[in-house]
Amino acid sequence: MHLPDGFIDAKTALATGVLAAAGVGLALRQVRIELPPRRVPLLGLAAAFLFAAQLVNFPVIGGTSGHLVGGALVAALLGPAAAIVVVTTVLVVQCFLFADGGVTALGANIFNMGIVTTLSGYAVYLAVARVLPGLRGRVAALAFAGWCSTMLAAAACAGQLAWSAAVPWRVGFSAMAGVHAFIGLGEGAVSALILLAIARTRPDLLQDSPDRAAPPVGRFVGLGLLAGLGLALFVAPFACPWPDGLESVADHLGFARPAAAPFLPALAADYRWPGLASPGVALAVAGAAGVISVFVLAIAFSRLLVPKPTRPAGREPERPAPAPS
Amino acid sequence: MTELIPTVYPVDRPVYRWPAGLKLAGALVMIVGTALAPFAWRAWFVGVAAVLVLLVVAGRLPFRSLLLRLLALSPFVAGVALSAALNPRGSADWRVLALRSGLCLATVLVLAQTTPFSAMLAMLRRVGIPALLVTTLALMHRYLFVLGDESERMRRARASRTFSGDRRLVWWTAATVVGQLFVRAFERAERVYDAMCARGWR
Repeated sequence: MHLPDGFIDAKTALATGVLAAAGVGLALRQVRIELPPRRVPLLGLAAAFLFAAQLVNFPVIGGTSGHLVGGALVAALLGPAAAIVVVTTVLVVQCFLFADGGVTALGANIFNMGIVTTLSGYAVYLAVARVLPGLRGRVAALAFAGWCSTMLAAAACAGQLAWSAAVPWRVGFSAMAGVHAFIGLGEGAVSALILLAIARTRPDLLQDSPDRAAPPVGRFVGLGLLAGLGLALFVAPFACPWPDGLESVADHLGFARPAAAPFLPALAADYRWPGLASPGVALAVAGAAGVISVFVLAIAFSRLLVPKPTRPAGREPERPAPAPS
Repeated sequence: MTELIPTVYPVDRPVYRWPAGLKLAGALVMIVGTALAPFAWRAWFVGVAAVLVLLVVAGRLPFRSLLLRLLALSPFVAGVALSAALNPRGSADWRVLALRSGLCLATVLVLAQTTPFSAMLAMLRRVGIPALLVTTLALMHRYLFVLGDESERMRRARASRTFSGDRRLVWWTAATVVGQLFVRAFERAERVYDAMCARGWR
């Protein structure tokens, strides 16, 4: 999902750059407040970890393999503000040292992968982990969060490409969402497996992440608003009248063109549920059905992996004794 | 991972000794110009390409490995270019897209090949990037290779202990390796902090 140079134009580069700088600035301030000095090197080490983890291959069918992206995982492990700093660091190094991701697109990449994935991943993880108790709940929460964050980042990426007039929204969105619906499944599964592996070897490292009182609400809301603003900026203009605003205008004016075929055949063709009249409603229903089925999958996945806790009050990792301060 | 890292720096060439700020600024101008200039400015694109070729020749950069890395990094470019080529309506011209990103990619590769990362970091610090971010970048760059080696050692250890590879367990074993990698990174961070304090870090 690393956008290279030349795909986004000046206004998109500038807008995403400003958003990314503001988001990273806020995150840095937050980290400076909440992170004890002992943990400062952890940011760099976590970034190196994320980079090395992305090099571990997870074989998929037929010789292809995928790898972790990790925004949601790092957010679940270190909290959202630290995760933004960590993923941003990885992206900067990838950009300048490995030429992975463009320099003018750095703002867009930081926004999509550094801010959208971590914040949405953390929000979903927290929300689900609060509802579903125990390690099982956390595994399900992270699996679901990994998928959601991947989809949102893909949507933001398609929005930026469309805003830059590089790829039209319908083509870009159907291609990105279609591919990333599957990539997201892998991302969720891998993140959850890694969380489980850490929980088995060093459960104490996980203790303070989800239950530690949410970070000062103000900043979290500020960061969330920023991400929401950016998403709205890039996605909403195309998303409002769902079958592409430009196209419906063209239909009204009578110069309807042959519609572009979606780049990849989607699950429910063109994300519409058969048998529903209004395309907007149909699309919403199809989207909701997809999200719910992934959620169910995530819960099934966690039940498969984590045996039912026999002593619920025993050594549950997320109810730590009051920490000596 | 190793094939993507610049291994041979042209230490004895003047290109390598130019001030990092100059190279960084020059590369930024070339990249921003190439990414955003209207395509009608043919001379700009030809000029950038000429400068790159000149640098590669004058700096005696390893041409083959640069080309390989250029190709290895292009799948996204190829994908979007393909989608633009298949759906010409409303898309930008895919040849322009490919040319722009190819030139920018080559510029960054040449920059990375001729400029030590620490010099770039010093530059960032001077420009006023927050110290916490620069420290994190420096630490990441320092431990990137350490953790990469660590991951490779764990992979080898696992391979020498699993006699029959059970296909169903591949993901679980890989995830265990990554999880263990996080645990080790965490523990190393604590040791690094102690070492930093011992050397007078505030």
